[in-house]
Amino acid sequence: MAGIVIIGNGVSGITTARHIRKNGGTQSITVISSETKYFYSRTSLMYIYMGHMKLEHTQPYENDFWAKNNIDLVFDHVNEIDFSGKQLKMKSGSGIKYDKLVLAVGSKPNKFGWPGQDLNGVQGLYSYQDLQLMEENTQGIKHAVLVGGGLIGVEMAEMLRTRGVDVTFLVRESHFWGNVLPKQDAELIGDHMTRDHHVDLRLNTELGEILNDGNGKVKGVKTKDGEIIDCQFVGLSAGVSPNVGFLKNTELEIDRGILVTRLLETNMSDVYALGDCAQFKEPSVGRRPLEQVWYTGRMMGEALGKTLAGKPTEYKPGVWFNSAKFFDIEYQTYGEVRSVVPEGKSEFYWQHDSEDVAIHLVFDSLEFKFVGINTFGIRLRHELFDRWLREGQSVMYVLEHMKDANFDPEFYRTYEQEVADAFNKEFNKNVTVKAKSWKRILFGA
Amino acid sequence: MKLYRQLGTSLGVIFVLILAGKMALPLVFSNNSLWLTTITLCVFLGVALFTYGQYAGESKGIKNNNVWFDGVSARGVLGWTMAILLTAFYVMLYWFPEYLGKATDQSGNWGIIALFDPLSYFFKGKPASEWFMYGTLYTIFILSLGIKFIVKYRHNRYQLVRTVVVMVSQLFLAYLIPEILAGLNYNDAVDAQGTYAGWYDTDIKNVWPLDYDFFNDWHLDAMQADAYQPLGMTYLFWGLLLFLVVTPLLTYFLGKRWYCSWICGCGGLAETAGDSFRQLSSKSTTSWKIERWMIHTVMVLVFIMTLVTLYGYFFEVYDVFGLSIYHWFQKPYGFLIGAAFSGVVGVGFYPVMGNRVWCRFGCPMAGYMGIIQRFKSKFRITVNGGQCISCGNCSTYCEQGIDVRSYAQRGQNVVRASCVGCGVCAAVCPRGVLKLENGPEEGRIKQNTVLIGADLDYLDK
Ligand SMILES: Cc1cc2nc3c(=O)[nH]c(=O)nc-3n(C[C@H](O)[C@H](O)[C@H](O)COP(=O)(O)OP(=O)(O)OC[C@H]3O[C@@H](n4cnc5c(N)ncnc54)[C@H](O)[C@@H]3O)c2cc1C
Ligand code: SF4
Ligand code: SF4
Repeated sequence: MAGIVIIGNGVSGITTARHIRKNGGTQSITVISSETKYFYSRTSLMYIYMGHMKLEHTQPYENDFWAKNNIDLVFDHVNEIDFSGKQLKMKSGSGIKYDKLVLAVGSKPNKFGWPGQDLNGVQGLYSYQDLQLMEENTQGIKHAVLVGGGLIGVEMAEMLRTRGVDVTFLVRESHFWGNVLPKQDAELIGDHMTRDHHVDLRLNTELGEILNDGNGKVKGVKTKDGEIIDCQFVGLSAGVSPNVGFLKNTELEIDRGILVTRLLETNMSDVYALGDCAQFKEPSVGRRPLEQVWYTGRMMGEALGKTLAGKPTEYKPGVWFNSAKFFDIEYQTYGEVRSVVPEGKSEFYWQHDSEDVAIHLVFDSLEFKFVGINTFGIRLRHELFDRWLREGQSVMYVLEHMKDANFDPEFYRTYEQEVADAFNKEFNKNVTVKAKSWKRILFGA
Repeated sequence: MKLYRQLGTSLGVIFVLILAGKMALPLVFSNNSLWLTTITLCVFLGVALFTYGQYAGESKGIKNNNVWFDGVSARGVLGWTMAILLTAFYVMLYWFPEYLGKATDQSGNWGIIALFDPLSYFFKGKPASEWFMYGTLYTIFILSLGIKFIVKYRHNRYQLVRTVVVMVSQLFLAYLIPEILAGLNYNDAVDAQGTYAGWYDTDIKNVWPLDYDFFNDWHLDAMQADAYQPLGMTYLFWGLLLFLVVTPLLTYFLGKRWYCSWICGCGGLAETAGDSFRQLSSKSTTSWKIERWMIHTVMVLVFIMTLVTLYGYFFEVYDVFGLSIYHWFQKPYGFLIGAAFSGVVGVGFYPVMGNRVWCRFGCPMAGYMGIIQRFKSKFRITVNGGQCISCGNCSTYCEQGIDVRSYAQRGQNVVRASCVGCGVCAAVCPRGVLKLENGPEEGRIKQNTVLIGADLDYLDK
């Protein structure tokens, strides 16, 4: 076979393959995965469990897409890589040769050595197999405990609630998703979870151990404070880390993830890594070395696809953005909003008095230069925030043009002037919101 | 909660049983007013209980839980049973109304149709026709299931406004106003000389080519009948204006949604009663290909049929090229497209092929507006930069079988002839990626490569 071989058919591996073809690359391409035969969207695992979709709906391309684009799919597991012989040793016993190798092997859920973490009924949620296991583990259960307040934890909580399972959510920090969300934002989410979805949210609570029922199955958990909570299922959602276990003890340079340059090259020639498993030696300004989200996997894939098609392209992400949904509350973020306001920056927070709608702005304390925004229950135009952040607009400019940026469906109530008034009062400014202008939205200025 | 849903479903079953009982045991169900009231209550109460059981205590937001586990919404046994019953009903309605109880002799209506006699007498002093029965049931279902839809999407104001409009259009424009006009002898009446003056369509939003027999001689004559003036001629001019001016203009400004998902009767049923089936439409590119062939073929057929009809009307002939206009053009179109396609397949197959089979593959009005929407309109679904996570909710719940995700994940606005603007893709998207909007034509179909992909060196520019 040789040619380009990609391990991992997640978003980063698949985007790489597609963009090699899109940019005219004609090498043979083989994509290997031992998870599912066809690329599916990991982000919609929860929807399969809840019955919104079936696996086939989560697959972004039709099954004949791969043959049409001359991309070979191999459903097998790579046990070992022989870098000097440029060959993969497969679980099925076969060997696959490569000219160029792309490692897009994703991550795996963290386990921090808690006693009882390997009992039956204790699991993380990352792969399709995890989902099937969760389906099995949660049949007919009454109470579940989730450990670790992050995105996957909330998703698991939402999933379990649709099956009528009571959920206790242990969060070590003093507020939910404490390392990312500012306190006000986290409290909004926390209230929503407890009030509207009856999740028993326990902040400042750490898992001590997971209790065995005597038959190797979980029967409860004990917190560090000694409290015992009965449950039949424990979901571990304390983050993920790069899936590099099978690459340790090779010549490949690995720290937390596989170390790469901006061109996504590893220390071995003809071997590249990207997506969740990659770690940048020198991240761009304001970015982290590990970026384990969907969008970044896709962007890296586009860059690497070009490189492999003969147009060397660095991964140069622009302005940070992300989004999520916490039960019913949609969240979007652009730029930098940290959990704690950094030195020299100020914040402005506005929350609707009855709806779960909020907006959180961060800006430079002296010059009022806009730095970042979080919104809850308000959709925003990505393009405008990207533009404003690059142009270095002031927070007053942003508030003044919020009607341009609003992306809520038609007829929605919007709150631009209320927000601006509150801001004016707090910072003694005089912002008046401008009417929406298509000209500004589409063509700037 | 489950109990309420079961009660609701049971009332639905009772509704079907009463209809069946009315056919089989006419003596038991002899009191028409009583049983008509009962079935109406069964539907409204049944839907209300089901809706309560489904959504009470649930916070507002998208709750498509269990859709693919459930027999009705996932082509299970219940779904197929429903499809067979519906199909059978439509076959009888179009071709064998006597089996539904239409009068064949002096003894009058019996069966299901007789149930509606009291209401028909109330409106216009005569017994019910199968179409009166159908129109009444149709309205009952749009109203009751419209309420369910509103509760389900209560967080979404676009859906609220749109659904209220769809319900009001059905109740007033399609049902009450036409029946009242008939009651006032402005339609379906006998003139001063005692001769029948004909029937014409008084639903002001029913427009050629959906209303394919608008130009048929009997229809044109009825609109010109002395007994119906000035209303009849007004309808004639309005019909022409609607097709020639209003439709292209509104479609230019708003997209075809102003019609398809806001006021159309077929669309109204699809959006309310059909909402539970939207996920069943096929998203494959093969279906898209078939769709384009079929809808445009139907457009050509209705065009030919109408041209020939008009030729016959103005030249007062009954044949073209030796072919009978009625037997070779009007009748086959009415049979194949008007009845078999739009009715039997269009609604009967809801639980199998989704709620928009007719609108997607057949409707020539949709085809006409689709061409405008695709090439000359301000409407688009804007895709929000790089926020798409390819989850697939949008494509799954698009009733028109549009693979919305394929646009969203590459940052390209959705501009498609078939989009009816229901707004459900935007509603179910968990990442705020889609927005239906009307804006300048310039920049309507664009792709936002910068935000989607690796930065194309914009920092260096
Ligand atoms: C439940 C869940 C929800 C998420 N939601 C969001 C979200 O809303 N937004 C967001 O931005 N991000 C989200 N993420 C994160 C996002 O899904 C990941 O960042 C992204 O999928 C990573 O893509 P990848 O291609 O790098 O790796 P993966 O998608 O993990 O792909 C790696 C693939 O390689 C295969 N593989 C690994 N090793 C081998 C081997 N030795 N042999 C064969 N095959 C192998 C794996 O089985 C896997 O299929 C979510 C993650 C999870 C688990
Ligand atoms: S694309 Fe969206 S708005 Fe258009 S028909 Fe499909 S779901 Fe409705
Ligand atoms: S547009 Fe929204 S619903 Fe559709 S695939 Fe993308 S994230 Fe999912």
